[in-house]
Amino acid sequence: MRRGAVTLAVLLPMLVFIYLPVVTLVLFSLHDGRVPLPPFKGPTLEWYGKILANPRITVATLNSIMVAGVSAAISVGLAMLAGWGLARHRVPGRGLIEALILMPLTVSYLVVGLGLLVATGGLVPKSLALVIVGHVVLNLPLAFAILYVQFDTAQARLEMAARDLGASERQVFWRVTVPSLRVALIAAFALCFTFSWDEFIVAFLLSGFDPTLPVVIWSLLRTGLDPQTNAAGTLVFLVSVVAALMVEAFLLKRRKDGPVL
Amino acid sequence: MARSSDLSIIAVTKVFGATRAVDDLSLEVPANTYVVLLGASGSGKTTLLSMLGGFTAPTSGQLLLDGRDITLMPPAMRPTATVFQDYALFPHMTVAGNVGFGLSVRGMPKADIAARVEAALDMVGLSGFGPRRITAASGGQRQRIALARALVTEPAMLLLDEPLGALDLNLRRAMQDELRGLQRREGRTFIHVTHDQEEAMAVADMIVIMNKGRIEDAGPPERIYAHPRTRYAATFMGESNILSATFGAGGAETALGVLPVQGKGGSAVVIRPENLRLKAADGTILLGDWTVTACVFQGAFARVAGQIGPVTLHLRCAPRDAPSPGQTCPLYLGPGGVTGLAD
Amino acid sequence: MTALSPEIQLDHIARRRGLMLVAPAALWTVVFFLLPTLSILWLSLYEIEGGKVGETMSLVNYRRFAEQGYFWQSLVNSLVLTGLVTVISLALAFPLAATIAFQVPPHLQRLCLMLAVLPFWTSYVVRSYAWLLVLAPNGVVNQTLMGLGLTDAPLPLSFNRAATVMGFVHFFTMLATLTIYASLSRINPRLMLAARDLGASGVQVFLRIVLPLSVPGLAAGAFLIVVVVMGDYVTPQILGGNNDLVLPQTIMMQIQRRGDVPMAAALSVVMMVVVAAAYLILARRLTAERT
Repeated sequence: MRRGAVTLAVLLPMLVFIYLPVVTLVLFSLHDGRVPLPPFKGPTLEWYGKILANPRITVATLNSIMVAGVSAAISVGLAMLAGWGLARHRVPGRGLIEALILMPLTVSYLVVGLGLLVATGGLVPKSLALVIVGHVVLNLPLAFAILYVQFDTAQARLEMAARDLGASERQVFWRVTVPSLRVALIAAFALCFTFSWDEFIVAFLLSGFDPTLPVVIWSLLRTGLDPQTNAAGTLVFLVSVVAALMVEAFLLKRRKDGPVL
Repeated sequence: MARSSDLSIIAVTKVFGATRAVDDLSLEVPANTYVVLLGASGSGKTTLLSMLGGFTAPTSGQLLLDGRDITLMPPAMRPTATVFQDYALFPHMTVAGNVGFGLSVRGMPKADIAARVEAALDMVGLSGFGPRRITAASGGQRQRIALARALVTEPAMLLLDEPLGALDLNLRRAMQDELRGLQRREGRTFIHVTHDQEEAMAVADMIVIMNKGRIEDAGPPERIYAHPRTRYAATFMGESNILSATFGAGGAETALGVLPVQGKGGSAVVIRPENLRLKAADGTILLGDWTVTACVFQGAFARVAGQIGPVTLHLRCAPRDAPSPGQTCPLYLGPGGVTGLAD
Repeated sequence: MTALSPEIQLDHIARRRGLMLVAPAALWTVVFFLLPTLSILWLSLYEIEGGKVGETMSLVNYRRFAEQGYFWQSLVNSLVLTGLVTVISLALAFPLAATIAFQVPPHLQRLCLMLAVLPFWTSYVVRSYAWLLVLAPNGVVNQTLMGLGLTDAPLPLSFNRAATVMGFVHFFTMLATLTIYASLSRINPRLMLAARDLGASGVQVFLRIVLPLSVPGLAAGAFLIVVVVMGDYVTPQILGGNNDLVLPQTIMMQIQRRGDVPMAAALSVVMMVVVAAAYLILARRLTAERT
């Protein structure tokens, strides 16, 4: 059918373009040779072995997981409270506060990192805690944008029903609002986790002697093209993709079950 | 130049998967007729309109406009224009931009377009609205802009898909009058889809009652109301009392006796509530003693239900004449009040 | 205290509770974002003297920016790069988004979108490195071209502006596809039917209905591209080679090699001003008309 032909004619070249680097990366992480370039020989898991045995890598991975997990949790927590506060209470200057929380979306990561560097002015040593702080700055607007939208009139009706049945404010929040926003909360968490997991420049500027994984990969790049770097990069990619797919799966399930009311 | 054309719908069927949305439907529509396709949702009326506009192709059958086969013609080439249910006005253009769109895509010179747009806006009562933004227009105004946009292209047939659904009652009534007037002045065929029987009766020259993709009855509103052809048509239009009957030489034999009947029938007759009377008059027939079971006040009239034996009958009367529940009184049938139903 | 009516009392409680709930997020943003950004602005007004921050406030850093061709050039490089990436990414993303929105069956659209965007989900360090693999002198592209006999010598595809553009365009085509798709999928399909019913050809429907209504998606994509490209250090550093340095690279050099953090701060302020200008230009087009 003509429609299908046109569709393929546009999609196929674009997909080739989009997947070329990723496929190259993953393919040559299995390459049996010193340099990860064609022609392809192998496959071999030698490089994955080397990477996973490398203490620098494993420590950096744990650092990344910790930083991503903590910063995502803080971001989602702050965003949820702020969303609840702004959406359900008559707060003065609401528009201003919304704009404030969303402001970090308009500056580059470099400025955020530099700002924290300058503001701490050598008084606070570089550390993962500082990286967490920076990542929350970057992720909070994102989590807020995702969660704030959820406080619509349908949601408000659920909460009104709960109050009508006798629930206190605290009970309404924990027993109605949070569970019904469960999907959005998970999606926001996964998104913040992925962004933090992949983030380089803020981590680079603020992590000092406890680097995160992207920072370690960066230093690996100094050694030029190396299948080990491919392997490390592929692992990073896999974690990100799995997180993204999890979010998709949750969103898909929500739509299949349909809205509750 | 004839502005309108005769429409022939010949054995048109539309199948979606397992459903026959339109089932072997045929209809002849003379030029310059206001046709209303009336039915519940799922009756196939919108599908039929869609095929007339060229947005869907029939699975089988033919559509002829003035003898020309337009069955597979795309909407752009067809001499029809559609007013959509949600108006589908272009939000990023002004009113004039919207109304003139159909002319500008045909390459008409700007000056000519401007003149035609002004004339069209005058015709729908929106003179001077040209420079306004669509987003600033009210529901009723948008309706008229959509009308102007369609009519300015001088189509042979104007197709309207539930055009008044989004308006409140008073506005709807006013718009019905305007549509009727517009059709008479323009002299084009209007095909108007609705589920509202009052609307249909208010505007139509020809009502086509549709059910499950088929035509239940088609004809002038007065005939369809007074003498419906099928049970569905009878119950869809207004209220009805349906009685089983067998037909013989003397009339229809029913539980209330043999009644004179208009037209041949299948197995039932219908009596409209307004044909039942509480007082005898010339030509009325006594049906029996009627025991009232319920009486509902409806403003201008009261709806009263009661029984003659096992048969339940509804009538309408002035509220001050309405008997109360429990009362028994004689019930009369007005002349020509029984119609045979074909099914 | 005089007795307040119950409604006003409840209102007060609601307001106080609301403020308390919002406070943590707002405070975090103020303390860890607003103040640091202001301190960048503040620091930019000082000069480095002999390895330490000087005592006097002046616009010396900004003067140096305007006068030294080297700094000015890096801003120009950034602007040219941003412009190229924006135009090319939007041009590639539009047909992709349009194909998914209009040609792909509705139940497959989300899947297609996901597929088209999957490589988006990876660290930009890793992505840029991957492009190096593809564009290197003996990388995938060159070896394919030479293998097919289309060229004799490897094309210089890496360590130059072209490579940087490629790396960015790859990322932003995916991002812009998402924003443009969001705009296109919101267009009431009846608008296009109506246009056709009124006699418009396919091209006319596209130019007069679809394109104007996709402007919010395009503007959103463009804004994100400007913010990120202006501020990205990694991609040019990995793929761009040693010429045509862009502003972020210059900023990082001031920090790492020169130790001149005030100058870096001043350059950051310049960068923020450019982005703010872009926002002002695009802001009006970012909101969508309800269709």
